[in-house]
Amino acid sequence: MLKNTYREVCEKKGKPLFIPFVVLGDPDKCKTFEIIRTLIQSGADALELGLPFSDPPADGPVIQAADTRALRSGIRVDDCFDILKEIRASTDIPIGLLVYFNLVLQRGIGKFYSDCQKSGVSSVLIADLPLEHAGEVLPEASKHSIAPVFLISELTDEKRLEKICKVAGGYLYIVSYLGVTGLADSVFENKIKMVIKRARKYSDLPLFVGFGINTVKQAKMAGRCGADGVIVGSRIVREIPDTERIKKTCRMFSKVFCT
Amino acid sequence: MKTMGKFGRYGGCYVSELLMPVLRKVEKAFLEFKDDRGFKAELSGLLKNFAGRPTPLTELKNLSCEIGCRLVLKREDLLHGGAHKTNNVIGQALLAKRMGRTELIAETGAGQHGAATAMAGALFKIPVKIFMGEKDIERQASNVQRMKLFGAEIIAVSSGSKSLKDAINEALRYFTARSATAYYLFGTVAGPHPFPSIVAHFQQIIGEEARYQCLERFGKLPHTVCACIGGGSNAIGIFRAFLKDKKVRLVGAEAGGLGLRSGKHGAALCRGRPGSLHGSFSYCLQDFDGQIQEAHSISAGLDYPGVGPEHSALKDAGSAQYVAVTDRKALAAFFRLSKTEGIIPALESAHALAAAFDMAKELKSDDIMLVNLSGRGDKDLDHIMSSPNHHA
Ligand SMILES: Cc1ncc(COP(=O)(O)O)c(C=O)c1O
Repeated sequence: MLKNTYREVCEKKGKPLFIPFVVLGDPDKCKTFEIIRTLIQSGADALELGLPFSDPPADGPVIQAADTRALRSGIRVDDCFDILKEIRASTDIPIGLLVYFNLVLQRGIGKFYSDCQKSGVSSVLIADLPLEHAGEVLPEASKHSIAPVFLISELTDEKRLEKICKVAGGYLYIVSYLGVTGLADSVFENKIKMVIKRARKYSDLPLFVGFGINTVKQAKMAGRCGADGVIVGSRIVREIPDTERIKKTCRMFSKVFCT
Repeated sequence: MKTMGKFGRYGGCYVSELLMPVLRKVEKAFLEFKDDRGFKAELSGLLKNFAGRPTPLTELKNLSCEIGCRLVLKREDLLHGGAHKTNNVIGQALLAKRMGRTELIAETGAGQHGAATAMAGALFKIPVKIFMGEKDIERQASNVQRMKLFGAEIIAVSSGSKSLKDAINEALRYFTARSATAYYLFGTVAGPHPFPSIVAHFQQIIGEEARYQCLERFGKLPHTVCACIGGGSNAIGIFRAFLKDKKVRLVGAEAGGLGLRSGKHGAALCRGRPGSLHGSFSYCLQDFDGQIQEAHSISAGLDYPGVGPEHSALKDAGSAQYVAVTDRKALAAFFRLSKTEGIIPALESAHALAAAFDMAKELKSDDIMLVNLSGRGDKDLDHIMSSPNHHA
């Protein structure tokens, strides 16, 4: 199917997007289809999908457990691309991939991005590839029309933010969980607001907030701060493999931003 | 970053964007203090008066006779704390103190680096959190006790394989969330830049001393220098001083586990492929897709699927060679040194000894085989004596 860009989806909806995250192949190849279909049917405006990796330090324990389940079931990177192709055949919403660099390296950077293109992937975020190393993949990403997504947070100073915005594509991923650790909601809100304001100065990409969005209240708050979307991972992954509960959780979040 | 910590094509800083600000701060502080007079004076004072440097060189008369060359040990086992780890933790804890950091965190497998960090925390009055796999906590009870005695808090890691690599993942997570106040005291020459360079810097005193002592005592350089390789810090520590001496052969002994063909080993350089793990590009044990595999070794300190990037560069350049030593051979060397010389080596260091025994026949009787005895073996006694096939 044709795929819409993040920007197109944002403009069409006019409200923040709800973007669920799950790990491809969790808990196994068969069940993962059912789960991802459930996400799409329960109001996902876009999908963020992870390639399972054995050592994911940028993710929390819930996501790591999902990675472990997927890998234990015997899932391979080839399988993940098959799954992606099949999902793309049934939907036009943007699909982002979250990966760790070693999986890209071992496949071959060129082949990896070419496979992404063939499978209808919209964007790739490499969780352990900071700006300084981004040059290693940017030419291939651009050659295969895959948007390179970058993380930013309150710790990203303006100079760095400006450099990131020059090369980033698709959307900017604002990490919220730094603020969550024991902070009052109002402090959290101010931090997100501050990062969004800064990012707007240097970029007109959609701004999605994720990592640590666990409650509807937090999602609303991100919306109020001016986010163009929220990415919800652990809160949904926790419910796997119960598709009924996944449906309920997704509806709860998607309702917040329904048109 | 001033540099990206490249060793040839290896190294780098493959971490989340969120860790970059703090790693840049650590790099900046390191570059600022490493040559600072006051810092150096405080460090060398502590190494001398707290840790007991310089450590001696010991020529092993009995074993030399048996193996047919002059076998000499660099005695890091005599350092306070019982292993070379002390050099690194004192250096980095001092750096953390200068940076005004209020918490030290560290990963540990065997508990050696955890205990060393806990010791440094006590010395510098900085609270310490140690991340340790659940499996390792069970296996290494005495080191867990030591850490507690020093007042450290131990965080049990139950994710993934519940061992060292998962402890590193968890410590990286915590460091990301607390990057404003915590200092991650990395235990070996692996991990993201600037850690491989920092740890090597604080460990290179081993080789500087050993080279000087060798020339002074024996009037010549060693023929071969041998060290074991977990992440590679004691090996880099002794190798660096000899890199310019083209005639000196440098040999790293990796964990051969149950044998390279068994798939149960920790020989990243002998059997791995270059990949990115824990922030650096280096040889590591992985499957076709790039999933990291678990290592296996009788010695917990060598039980790591990766290796420091500087070793990967040395290997490719042919500047050092790397061999694998099986559990069985390491155990035999452990007993042989204890019985023949009255020195109990750490199981890690016993790998280096076993490699040295194997290579001895290539040396002339007057040639010096220098082995870095990275630690003492008291910590391993329970484990060895309780294993069914020990032959004491
Ligand atoms: C005595 C001793 N030697 C060697 C090692 C391996 O580490 P590295 O290769 O960094 O020296 C350890 C690690 O715990 C150790 O305790």
